[in-house]
Amino acid sequence: MAQRTGKEAAGHRREAEGVQPPYLYPDYVATRLRAPKEPLIVLPRTLSDITGPAYGRGPIGELDDDLTRQHSGEPLGERIIVTGRVLDGDGRPVRNSLVEIWQANAAGRYTHQNDQHPAPLDPNFSGAGRCLTDGEGRYRFVTVKPGAYPWKNHDNAWRPAHIHFSLFGPAFRSRLITQMYFPGDPLFEHDPIFQSVRDREARQRMISTFDLETTQPEWALGYRFDIVLEGRDATPMENHR
Amino acid sequence: MSAEPTPSQTIGPFFHDALLDRDRSELVSPAHPAAIKIRGTVYDGAGEVVPDAMVELWQADGAGRYDHPADHREDLSPDEDFSGFGRSGTDARGEFTFSTVKPGPVPGPEGKLQAPHVMVSIFARGLLKRLVTRIYFPDEQEANAVDPVLSSIRDQELRDTLIARDEGDALRFDIRLQGDGQTAFFEL
Repeated sequence: MAQRTGKEAAGHRREAEGVQPPYLYPDYVATRLRAPKEPLIVLPRTLSDITGPAYGRGPIGELDDDLTRQHSGEPLGERIIVTGRVLDGDGRPVRNSLVEIWQANAAGRYTHQNDQHPAPLDPNFSGAGRCLTDGEGRYRFVTVKPGAYPWKNHDNAWRPAHIHFSLFGPAFRSRLITQMYFPGDPLFEHDPIFQSVRDREARQRMISTFDLETTQPEWALGYRFDIVLEGRDATPMENHR
Repeated sequence: MSAEPTPSQTIGPFFHDALLDRDRSELVSPAHPAAIKIRGTVYDGAGEVVPDAMVELWQADGAGRYDHPADHREDLSPDEDFSGFGRSGTDARGEFTFSTVKPGPVPGPEGKLQAPHVMVSIFARGLLKRLVTRIYFPDEQEANAVDPVLSSIRDQELRDTLIARDEGDALRFDIRLQGDGQTAFFEL
């Protein structure tokens, strides 16, 4: 394996603290041939990355934020509401910004053709949604709780239930794809993707919280998941690091 | 108030229905008079193609203006028909394709101009966070030679991975995630 240089070590201060996952995390086998080994080059802040595809592109359909109403019937599973705020590194709301999600159905099966898990597909569930954040950075989806599912990373490997989130934020720098987990999942300690984030508090930030206020009586459980994007002081491009 | 960032996680293998349900690989129509085609193949460290990656572009328009409020240069009026954002999956051969225009030069650090370039994000199963690189243009030798980002890369072989190759009908920008000829990737 290539030796890491001092320059990279310095550039990876954040990773060393374990707040973001490393590229190479051998327990997650697919990283072994896909993680770059040359040192990363520190990119100065310029207009090219403090700008970005900040706003929602393309139309948002009326039912895009309700994954339980995209077909003729209702999907099976536990109906849930997932809501939260998208914030920048200064804790300010990220407004009018595209949020895209995708997930397995309640049985732990994706509609994707490459998903061979022998769990049933649900004809009433595609598992894809999108919406724009409102003036307070808030998003809200109605969906069903995804099931855990097996994968072939190692013997008897199972992914904890999760919903994939894709976010843009205000700039190229703030682009993020992550996964939202559910509280108390017994699979956390066995999942190398979750564990690739070495900092315990950082891992907690990927776990939604059950929220009785969001929960609607006789209808659906509510989960809250706030997302904080990288990037603060997005304006002054004279201030290089 | 400072807030701690949410960690990145892999895009996984099953994103296509959510993220690629619409074709966003054409930043401009191929019929546009200034249209260029950029294509490339994503390879892993064993030299195998990566058929389940997603590549995103962000770039200025032909005049060098970004469609974004942080670009407030008033001498350049933005091209209303050009958002500057593109997205393509890789196919079974590991290949992505975009139709776009060549961006103009944009401001860089310390008042210097940057050579025309496209910002690139790569997402894939096995990437716990995105990779960031840049596409530069082979017909910009003079501007490339003084570009502040390119010239900060001392290893010439690594630097050359950022310059697309002219194939006549298209520019080729292959992305090697690991191993011989690995693409230069950036830390933001």
